[in-house]
Amino acid sequence: MPPLLEVRNLTTHIRTRRGTVRAVDDVSFTLEAGETLGLVGESGCGKSMTGLSLMGLLPPGGAMVGDSSVALDGRELVGLPERDLRRVRGNDIAMVFQDPMTSLDPTKTIGHQVAEGVLLHRGCSRAEAADRAAEVLGLVGLPHPRERLKDYPHQLSGGLRQRVLIAMALANEPRVLIADEPTTALDVTIQAQILALLADLRARLGMAMILITHDMGVTAGHTDRVNVMYAGRIAESTGTDRLFHGMRHPYTQSLLASVPRLDQDPGKELPTIPGMPPDLTDPPGGCRFAGRCRYATDRCRTDEPELTGSDQHRYACWHPTDGPLPPSATAAVPRATEAAAPAVHDRPLLEARGLVREFPVRGARIPGRGRRVVHALSGVSLELAPGETFGLVGESGCGKTTLGRLLVGLDRPDTGTVTLDGTDLGLLRGRELRRRRRDLQMMFQDPFSSLDPRMRVGGILREPLQIQGIGTAREQKARVAELLAEVGLPERGAELYPHEFSGGQRQRIGLARALALTPKLIVADEPVSALDVSVRAQVLNLMNRLQASHGLSYIVISHDLAVVRYLADRIGVMYLGRMVEVGSADDIHLRAAHPYTAGLLKAVPVPDPQLERAKLGTGISGELPSPVDPPSGCRFRTRCPLARERCADEEPALRLFGAGHTAACHFPLQQPLPDTPAKAATDASA
Amino acid sequence: MAAFVRNRRALVGLGMVAVIAAFCFIGPLLYRTDQVTVRLDLANLPPGTGNPLGTDASGYDVLGRMMAGGRSSLELGFAVALTTTVIGTLYGAVAGYLGGIVDAVMMRVIDTFLAIPGIVLLLIMVSMITPTLWSIVLLLSLLSWLGAARLVRGEVLALRTREFVLAARMMGGTGGRIVLRHLVPNAAGVIIVSGTFTIADSILTLSALSFLGLGLPPPHADWGTMLSAGLNSLYDGYWWLVYPPALILITTVVAFNLIGDAVHDALDVRQQRP
Repeated sequence: MPPLLEVRNLTTHIRTRRGTVRAVDDVSFTLEAGETLGLVGESGCGKSMTGLSLMGLLPPGGAMVGDSSVALDGRELVGLPERDLRRVRGNDIAMVFQDPMTSLDPTKTIGHQVAEGVLLHRGCSRAEAADRAAEVLGLVGLPHPRERLKDYPHQLSGGLRQRVLIAMALANEPRVLIADEPTTALDVTIQAQILALLADLRARLGMAMILITHDMGVTAGHTDRVNVMYAGRIAESTGTDRLFHGMRHPYTQSLLASVPRLDQDPGKELPTIPGMPPDLTDPPGGCRFAGRCRYATDRCRTDEPELTGSDQHRYACWHPTDGPLPPSATAAVPRATEAAAPAVHDRPLLEARGLVREFPVRGARIPGRGRRVVHALSGVSLELAPGETFGLVGESGCGKTTLGRLLVGLDRPDTGTVTLDGTDLGLLRGRELRRRRRDLQMMFQDPFSSLDPRMRVGGILREPLQIQGIGTAREQKARVAELLAEVGLPERGAELYPHEFSGGQRQRIGLARALALTPKLIVADEPVSALDVSVRAQVLNLMNRLQASHGLSYIVISHDLAVVRYLADRIGVMYLGRMVEVGSADDIHLRAAHPYTAGLLKAVPVPDPQLERAKLGTGISGELPSPVDPPSGCRFRTRCPLARERCADEEPALRLFGAGHTAACHFPLQQPLPDTPAKAATDASA
Repeated sequence: MAAFVRNRRALVGLGMVAVIAAFCFIGPLLYRTDQVTVRLDLANLPPGTGNPLGTDASGYDVLGRMMAGGRSSLELGFAVALTTTVIGTLYGAVAGYLGGIVDAVMMRVIDTFLAIPGIVLLLIMVSMITPTLWSIVLLLSLLSWLGAARLVRGEVLALRTREFVLAARMMGGTGGRIVLRHLVPNAAGVIIVSGTFTIADSILTLSALSFLGLGLPPPHADWGTMLSAGLNSLYDGYWWLVYPPALILITTVVAFNLIGDAVHDALDVRQQRP
């Protein structure tokens, strides 16, 4: 019996103005019924293009060439007329896309959109299609599906929209489901729910699934076999367990090692993969990974390795490794002084007290209800010692970005104060405030939007110096060269425009700009979440090194707990505008007191198949309630497994659980220190 | 810019504009005609030796008059485009950057102006004063900066949430610096496009005014006046009074529109690139 899906010598070329991109190059694999195959790799390695090729949905200029073959149940799909292909698409093979915000038509109801596929393929009546739509929407866990058929996409949250997208894909009970980064745009808590849903549906409907992802943790927990792709080719292909513990390809090894893990030793630098993936318009001869490989020899640069090995484990490498990189392989993270440790200190560098920030809800006022406001921050306090790194974590919408903006003075609190080195930022105005800005800098998330595309890099780095009137033109130029060297970019980079750099390099330029004024504090809002894993490690190492050499303090805002755990000395967990737990990185990870912290940690996918499969449940159920009407009492109670009546009536105070470890919960997971009322706890954490 | 150069339409448009500009500004130096003295004895001569495109009812040489008329048309077009662009850009950028109530008030001012039918307002104004080239420039600018301001504001609204604007604020940059150094250069695309179309629009509006007899007073020449005068004699068979000015007017407007389109497309391509 042939396998359900058999892909042989799939080669996809895309013609662009710059030349022909060989997006997928001679890829072969099979997929059996009921199996999940992972396609992993960095962006641009051809994994999405492989998925689109299977669906016959290539972008303009794209074509499958050579003897590419995609056979579904023995039936060849390549070369099939468009009319027949349409019958396969959405019926036998369906796809779930990455971004639930743009993949639904905002002008049509979700019922209509789910029913559309049913109407097209089943030739049934509208009423029957609507019935089927309600049925699958129920299947994917949409509450009250029948009533929600008439809802428009904007009325649903991101997680629910992703469920609708899955429902659309499942409406015709496809035999193969291609999920292209189905959870990348979602929070970890929602990601865990969606992945659990996909696994459950696959088992119940007996589908085969291709899971395209860059996240090694997701791969570990939700695939049976994995194809690691690099530069349009399969580098390694084997069972998931074997891939994580006995990988043979150095790329797989480096890729896994460069992902910061929750149990990462923060004292060690992350192993990185130097350089960038090759340009696929003109791929290099020999092994495509040779230029970035630690084991590469002359042979790798001239001869291209074939996929070899057994049926269970194939890899394309001349010098296969055996298993993961030993942890001793990397250098220790440089530390400035012993004072950098969160020990006793005289005066904090930055102190925030009782910050409240509310935004009015736009749109019509509802009569008799008054002005509705979004409670972005409801009384948050924190302190930061010189040289310390404070991590802020929480789901999107919890107020961490708002807090970051208040701390650097980009926005002002409604009540509460932010004090930097003894100066109240709220009292500064105009020129005085602009001068003080040099102490506070920010590193942004999106390397594509944080640099002015019309300015040369030299101009971008000089601008802060010009604004603050530091140095002569000659001195400023020298400083630019110095800054570029510091972040590891060549001096001639000053003459180039931002678009001539890769994402990771641009993030370095952003860091250099933040450093130009020798600030005391840098607030980094999701500094690496837009970057590929291999580049991520480079930027994280750089941040650590610069902190040591400049005595910087960081506030790192991230939804990625592993990143925060790696960088931060202390971590604050936020939920719906409140700080629910603060403690040292170890307190948070090993001795979490708040059920929310524990749930958040549990939801983070770990790149270890055994650990990941041993997890029970998905951590936190449900979604973040609206910050317009936050729940009474403890705001987390609506999603908390331990919630009781008291949680709704009484707001929990911060209690002390150890030196510098506080949490706000009535029924904490750890035993609080005796007799520590709220006030004392706040003081003690100071 | 490379895409702009590669664009065939842009080159054609630029070439046409260059030829027309040379015709209007260098032409009179090589081909001298008297456009001041009325010579009724030479009126309505058909094209022939001495007058390649004949003469009009006042005895002016048509070819020479097209050159003189083109000068005022082009001067007006560029002058209006320049003032419009400067005023509209600054107004729109400030409104878009400041946002909130300031933006709301500034935009309502524009809406109010836009609610007045432009051509009617022009006609009233022109009938109250004796139009000169520069008073018409002023009037046209008053009407057409509104569109430019709205375009630039829209662009700036999208740009100001970009992180590089936040970064400039973080360095202590003033609002003025952010608008001039970051927002305006990044909105340059729409500004250039709108400026190019403004040139074509202004030339057309001037011609329309002149055609209605409310344009530049004699002995000033312009294409609209020529058209309007010629149309009366069309039934007499004096085709050379109508077709040449009509042709050059259409060519000019098409040329500027070609350039505008090409710039617009070139920018679109640039935005597609990551």
